[in-house]
Amino acid sequence: MTRLIDWVDARLPVVEAFRKHMSQYYAPRNFNFWYIFGVLAIVVLVNQLLTGVWLTMFYSPTDAFESVQYIMRDVQFGWLIRYMHAVGASAFFLVVYLHMFRGLLYGSYKPPRELVWIFGMLIYVALMAEGFLGYVLPWGNMSYWGAQVIISLVGAVPYELIPFISAAESKEIGEALVTWVRGDYLLSEATVNKFFALHVVAIPIVLLALVVLHILALHEVGSNNPDGVDIKKNKDENGIPKDGIPFHPYYTVKDTVGVVIFLMLFAVVVFFFPDGGGYLIEKPNFGPADPLATPDHIAPVWYYGPYYAMLRATTFDIFMSAKAWGVIIMGGAILILFLLPWLDRNPVKSIRYKGWLSKVALMLLAADFLMLGWLGTQPGSELRKFMAQLGTFYYFGFFLVVLPFAHRFEKSKPVPERVTGGH
Amino acid sequence: MSQHGVNTSRRTFLIGATTGVAVVGVGAAAVPFVQSWQPSARAENAGAPVKVDVSQLSPGERVTANWRGRPVWVLRRTDAMLNSLDQVRDQLRDPESDEDQQPEYARNQYRAIKSEYLVVIGICTHLGCSPSYVPDGSSNLDYSGFFCPCHNSKFDIAGRVYQGVPAPTNLVVPPHSYLSDDVVIIGSEEGETTA
Repeated sequence: MTRLIDWVDARLPVVEAFRKHMSQYYAPRNFNFWYIFGVLAIVVLVNQLLTGVWLTMFYSPTDAFESVQYIMRDVQFGWLIRYMHAVGASAFFLVVYLHMFRGLLYGSYKPPRELVWIFGMLIYVALMAEGFLGYVLPWGNMSYWGAQVIISLVGAVPYELIPFISAAESKEIGEALVTWVRGDYLLSEATVNKFFALHVVAIPIVLLALVVLHILALHEVGSNNPDGVDIKKNKDENGIPKDGIPFHPYYTVKDTVGVVIFLMLFAVVVFFFPDGGGYLIEKPNFGPADPLATPDHIAPVWYYGPYYAMLRATTFDIFMSAKAWGVIIMGGAILILFLLPWLDRNPVKSIRYKGWLSKVALMLLAADFLMLGWLGTQPGSELRKFMAQLGTFYYFGFFLVVLPFAHRFEKSKPVPERVTGGH
Repeated sequence: MSQHGVNTSRRTFLIGATTGVAVVGVGAAAVPFVQSWQPSARAENAGAPVKVDVSQLSPGERVTANWRGRPVWVLRRTDAMLNSLDQVRDQLRDPESDEDQQPEYARNQYRAIKSEYLVVIGICTHLGCSPSYVPDGSSNLDYSGFFCPCHNSKFDIAGRVYQGVPAPTNLVVPPHSYLSDDVVIIGSEEGETTA
């Protein structure tokens, strides 16, 4: 065995790679509960790839709805593989949202980890595309009408903001692009075929490449921790951080516990609540796509809820139509997250040592995001529209006002030299 | 790399020329990939016009035709409906149909060739839902019109959008014409386009 490893190692640096990323990657010793979600995201990614490959063996985009019924009723264990994949999509977003919130809590996006954050955001955007494409594939009625709404957003982009393009031309460009994306004058088999190719080949390749970059960038600069203290400042005589412990075996074993607990919860949902009461698989999707019957209430899956709420809350016409502003607000809500490392001007990284203003504002943001998420899945009403407008206002306010300036109006606690806890 | 004996200007020119050719080549190679996303010849053929016989409609009745996969409503309006068009004028965003949402021959207060018959694409101009037909008004609409359940957009009985709703423009009137007094053809202007 040793000889085999030596033989390979002389030709490919496997031992060196294992040391660099596992046995000699020194992670802070004070990781807490919040640090499990990165690993869980990888677990869910593996679940999606495995079940996804198996689903492609039975799914057919030219006979989309029927082939999903075939998977559910006739293929041995097809129902389980499909539910693992569908519930896995929601689980993916759940762990990614918690992973991102961890970043906000402890300032993990701050220098020198800007690139780690940006690769993470690119993963998030790719994941949203992947989730949307995947939701269209079963070709249920909500797949159809959801796709109708989302694809029409391409036509709502205000191209007139580009110089020398008039409003009338902007509309033509929008319509041409919508036709181009659909590959037809209406949503059709051509669209499903295209989305299938993107969902199972193109986006997964991009996603995997981004995950590799995310981890390589992280291992280059090292992990942050709940104290936001740089452990590389205190090294022993061997150059090893005094507050660091090898990722393997310490965190591989610790993470295994978290993974087992997660898989237990995941199994409960897969076996007992696979449609999540209409939140994971929406009820109209149990019927086939019908272009002439709009569901009474078109709602996105929960993980797009916050952005959809912001889109619907935008009803003002200033300079441009409310529709164009809606797309700008919705796109802006995602793009602004990319700028987080530069918007946050607080010298303190971790929430533990920030002042009360920052603490309260971040908790409010979390509540705001949950509220918007809920509003996005509910039918519209005047009160809900007002709540969504308020929520959208706070969302942008947090990133544009609180993050850059809150520290000037609060007293931070002193940040310790060494990490606390974790013994 | 040794710079000795290197003709820098020739090297710069060659790098520039090679890069230029490569960019053009990549651009040309992208054409088939981008164009393949356009509707196929089969899809283009499927977009043929549709005929509707309006003589069978009783006043207030609506039929839905399927043109290019979109619902096209043909509605025979009652006199009360036509009268309501004047009463809602002030609440509309674009009462004169200034926006290019209809062919020139339907740019009038009825948004129709013959005032009695409305031909309109039944897809909300906000985000593509299909509004419901409200013949006699409801809690959401004072007069007859169309109400979109997705985001509460409201339209009058000529498909004109109300103010203060998410939909930005009036419903789209598709190109259409009358082959005879009784038959309207949707998606073609081969027949009469004047009343």
